[in-house]
Amino acid sequence: MKTDTLLRQEVIDVQSIRKDFPILGSKVNGRPLVYFDNAATSQKPWRVIKAVEHYYTDLNSNVHRGVHHLSQKATDAFEASRRKVAGFINAAHDREVIFTNGTTEGINLVAHSFGKGFVQAGDVIIISALEHHSNIVPWQLLCEDRKAILKVVPINEKGEISLEAFKEMLDEKVKLVSISYVSNSLGTINPIRTVIKWSHELNIPVLLDAAQAVQHIPIDVQELDVDFLAFSGHKMYAPTGIGVLYGKEEWLNQMPPYQGGGEMIKSVSFEETTYNELPFKFEAGTPNIEAAICLGTAIDYINEIGLENILQYEHELVEYCTEKLSEIPGIRFIGTADNKASVVSFIVGELHPYDVGVILDQLGIAVRTGHHCTQPLMGFFCIPGTVRASFAFYNTKAEIDVFIEAVKKAVVMLG
Amino acid sequence: MCVNEIQDELIEEFSLFGDWMEKYEHIIQMGKELPLIDEQYKTDENLIKGCQAKVWLHADVRDGKILFSADSDAIITKGLVSLVVRVLSNHSPSEIMQADLYFVDKIGLKEHLSMTRSNGLVSMIKQMKIMPLHCNPA
Repeated sequence: MKTDTLLRQEVIDVQSIRKDFPILGSKVNGRPLVYFDNAATSQKPWRVIKAVEHYYTDLNSNVHRGVHHLSQKATDAFEASRRKVAGFINAAHDREVIFTNGTTEGINLVAHSFGKGFVQAGDVIIISALEHHSNIVPWQLLCEDRKAILKVVPINEKGEISLEAFKEMLDEKVKLVSISYVSNSLGTINPIRTVIKWSHELNIPVLLDAAQAVQHIPIDVQELDVDFLAFSGHKMYAPTGIGVLYGKEEWLNQMPPYQGGGEMIKSVSFEETTYNELPFKFEAGTPNIEAAICLGTAIDYINEIGLENILQYEHELVEYCTEKLSEIPGIRFIGTADNKASVVSFIVGELHPYDVGVILDQLGIAVRTGHHCTQPLMGFFCIPGTVRASFAFYNTKAEIDVFIEAVKKAVVMLG
Repeated sequence: MCVNEIQDELIEEFSLFGDWMEKYEHIIQMGKELPLIDEQYKTDENLIKGCQAKVWLHADVRDGKILFSADSDAIITKGLVSLVVRVLSNHSPSEIMQADLYFVDKIGLKEHLSMTRSNGLVSMIKQMKIMPLHCNPA
């Protein structure tokens, strides 16, 4: 036990890691900031902050256009970052990595382009009851447009999807399955390997919304054999406004472009336009160059700490927080899946999550309260929302202790 | 009392609190104490949807003055709502429309106005200022 603890301390030296994140030293309402809203966005390490500065002081230029020196440097850095992303998720080729502005755009891209190419009237798209609005609404728009049908895999009281129900939904009418790897509201880790296996038995491609997964769980797209994977940079210590859509080359090549503009074309005339090859076919216009490059920096940083270590450490935080919160009378955990990542969602008695959030904020604690952009899911649990604490590897058990005391205080004040 | 006199009274009332906890405890107390709205008016039509807290608002006209009643499912929002109702209710439509609600800032609750997506307070104030236009004098 003691050796375990020692070993762990060597793996994640949290005190030293915290020094990498300048914002963690700030005060809110006169108290040290406790930042437990990592599922909304993560904080940025010095290295990423400095990389932003480096880009604008040394590299700034448009990519893939100029023959001049700076454009070449910016292009090299931009494409080097794409290779890092490809390595991070073990994509077979860099060209399968498309830079987007975030997970939402990645999902919309697939809904639009895959939908246009492959979805007809009467076809079916499957999502789950756990999804974020950004993995619901693009499919509703598509289904409305194509007169297709959206089916939703139900969940149980623990917040786990029903594989049985999913299996029953699968037939030749299903054109795509789009599901979150990790639920943003509950932290449930979905049984994606089974979902992918069963879908592939009927040649149905699968899109994974990995917005809440890439920063917590090592992902190998080839091993998973997943067809599409979307995630955001800002939730993995990189700047906002950058995201990634991974897609298998065979699918991306068959799909029509998403948006038209510069960069995505090979030649343009008023009679006919031919499209550029992958990945540029899906990257119309000047991309967010700085953020794309700094995403690579964030990946370097994550790799140095190691996702396996991060996974283990964050799991301990979730366990510790859950255990401590259980001692509070009236606590009700929303989402008690056997397999969870980095999120603890709860309500206390009849207290409105908003009220709890206001008191926690006064005490310097940042959590998310509300429906977390999963209104249908909150409807399932018959609650207006939850209080959600979501962790990153820079959080500590000492912060959880502060948080627990704050929740107790909120209960006394509001009760 | 005119709108500003009530605001000044509130500012004085809140100046007595030493720290944020006393202030919020007072707001929570106000939220708990005030049965603000008749159940029959807690309809979807009267619902001002904030992102997190729900706020219901109803207006009556009596002797040329607008009487507001309101409620919220979140107790802090309800307390804040009761403050706004106390300030704006029982005034003429023109007084309500011209009112500058400086008390919210003065008593240190400005963050509740900036959180536009989090509670229905801003929408409620907007609605309260529009409502008199649609009320028929009794």
